[in-house]
Amino acid sequence: MSGFGRADCVVLRGMQGVGVQIEVHASAGLPVVHIVGLPGPAVQQARHRTWSAIARMGLAAPSGRVVINLTPASLPKAGTHFDLAMAIAVLRAGGAVPPDDGETALLGELGLDGRLRPVAGTLPLARAAAEAGARRLVVPTASVDEASLVEGLRVLGAASLAHAAALLGADLDPEPVEPVPGPLAPERARSGLDLADVVGNREAVDALEIAAAGAHHLLMVGPPGAGKTMLAMRLPGILPPLTQQQALDVASVRSLSGQAAPSSLDLLPPFEHPHHSATAVALVGGGSGTIRPGAAARATHGILFLDEAPEFPRAVLDMLRQPLESGTITLDRAAVSATYPAQFQLLLAANPCPCGLLGTGDCTCAPMARRRYFGRLSGPLLDRIDLRVRVERVTLGADGAGLGGAPRRTTADASARVAEARARAARRLHGTDWSAMGQVPGPWLRRHLPLAPAVLAPLEQALERGVITMRGLDRSVRVAWTIADLDGADAPSSTHVGGALALRKGIPA
Amino acid sequence: MRAKDQLGLDGEAAATVHLERAGMRIVDRRWRCAHGELDIVAVDGQTFVFVEVKTRRGLAYGHPFEAITPAKVRRLRMLAWLWLEATGQRGPVRMDAVGIIAPREGTWRVEHLRGIS
Repeated sequence: MSGFGRADCVVLRGMQGVGVQIEVHASAGLPVVHIVGLPGPAVQQARHRTWSAIARMGLAAPSGRVVINLTPASLPKAGTHFDLAMAIAVLRAGGAVPPDDGETALLGELGLDGRLRPVAGTLPLARAAAEAGARRLVVPTASVDEASLVEGLRVLGAASLAHAAALLGADLDPEPVEPVPGPLAPERARSGLDLADVVGNREAVDALEIAAAGAHHLLMVGPPGAGKTMLAMRLPGILPPLTQQQALDVASVRSLSGQAAPSSLDLLPPFEHPHHSATAVALVGGGSGTIRPGAAARATHGILFLDEAPEFPRAVLDMLRQPLESGTITLDRAAVSATYPAQFQLLLAANPCPCGLLGTGDCTCAPMARRRYFGRLSGPLLDRIDLRVRVERVTLGADGAGLGGAPRRTTADASARVAEARARAARRLHGTDWSAMGQVPGPWLRRHLPLAPAVLAPLEQALERGVITMRGLDRSVRVAWTIADLDGADAPSSTHVGGALALRKGIPA
Repeated sequence: MRAKDQLGLDGEAAATVHLERAGMRIVDRRWRCAHGELDIVAVDGQTFVFVEVKTRRGLAYGHPFEAITPAKVRRLRMLAWLWLEATGQRGPVRMDAVGIIAPREGTWRVEHLRGIS
């Protein structure tokens, strides 16, 4: 008695996957199962799940010595999604299932009753399977919608091991079973938050629009109750919708965090707002066996909003420097390293001082405390923030609006203007790696898109007076381009540059 | 004598017949010492074969071979060494297992594994 069976699966390192081939050799000998190829604890335990599931399905596992090898054998394997492929490879070694065709990957966890259970990360696993060359993919019934988001992959759902075996050509008549349901996809309808809800604060609304149009990072400073959070939550609504590829990235990260991916792709940019008690791991991700993505990765192609930003521990905030620089997060562990996308737009909100009342005359903070408060937003982090805006408490009659006054800008208006500005920027940046002005480095701008000396004059004066630094000048030029884009102009005028300059001043630090 | 012991004896008898038919010569049975017991010692050509026999009524508690754990195989080795020592014999050695499924009704099934360690 000797048999050989094979089945295909994948292993993830971050969002990228590597094809894993599972080989089973059954030979005569005392009954024993060896799992080799660096199986993690969950993969070791798969032996019990698969053998019970095979028995419950009325099928027979080979009785002698069984060696299961997960190749490439040098790559650590973690997770329960190997169960199905292991069980099928075992059944193939025993001859119960025909040999593999080399283009079908299998994913799923087995219950002792033989039913298939959905696993976290189905979407990135399915993408990885397609990239590894699979044409067909067998997944638990509840994961079919999620896996079907991947193009060029024929997805087959199976409720139990017997169903999967039958799909793969085994000669059996599987008993119908109730499929194990997956986690419910959260409703994320177009948020229903409209910019028109914001009263007053014209300058802040303008800044929000500029941030959206140029993908500039934004810091809002204002007393509690001024509406910083309210403004922040309206940013996703005026951003351009995600592209298919971006939406797939976002859904993949959500899937890895254990959230169910919806049956159709969500094109609203994500909005993550970790609390200031968040740890470094919660923010950037971590873990030893399976490295989970954090809030920064979940915010990719969307917004990472840090309310009360100076309350975050400085060490945690500084973790954001790598993703801000490269747009990705790489987490290195002894055995593996994982890379997640983290191309987020940073939105910071802060009180003007620890008590929040600076400027109203009621501030009780010591001068040292005020300085220390903003000192926590370290230089390197603040350096990357193009826009700084004050948000004031609204008083009735401010800017002539009042509560029932003049019509306010709606999300629909703003997003139309943003879309137009982005289109202009995209035409200008055609052929480069960037899609919005906020992503363009200063030196490139100076070389390829120089501005007339007359236009630059206000900035040069500010530089001379020491109001802004050279780096600040670069940032203001970038913002000026975005303001010009919003204005429908071909290049920034001195008015646009003046507007950009105003969005850097008036804030401590 | 209890039923399970009787079943064990019957199983060993069946195993003996099976091994003799396979061309082996039985040289000892139920050899005991302070450390345990050898079911069957046979000679296959030049090789001393130490045989562990497991008999089960059915598969409800698993295959008989599943009861032969790595620990039991280690003890079988030690007993084999003690037997050679006690009888003053020398020669190549092999461990075998015989599993017998012995339903109350119907025919018995004998499975023989050579060289289990």
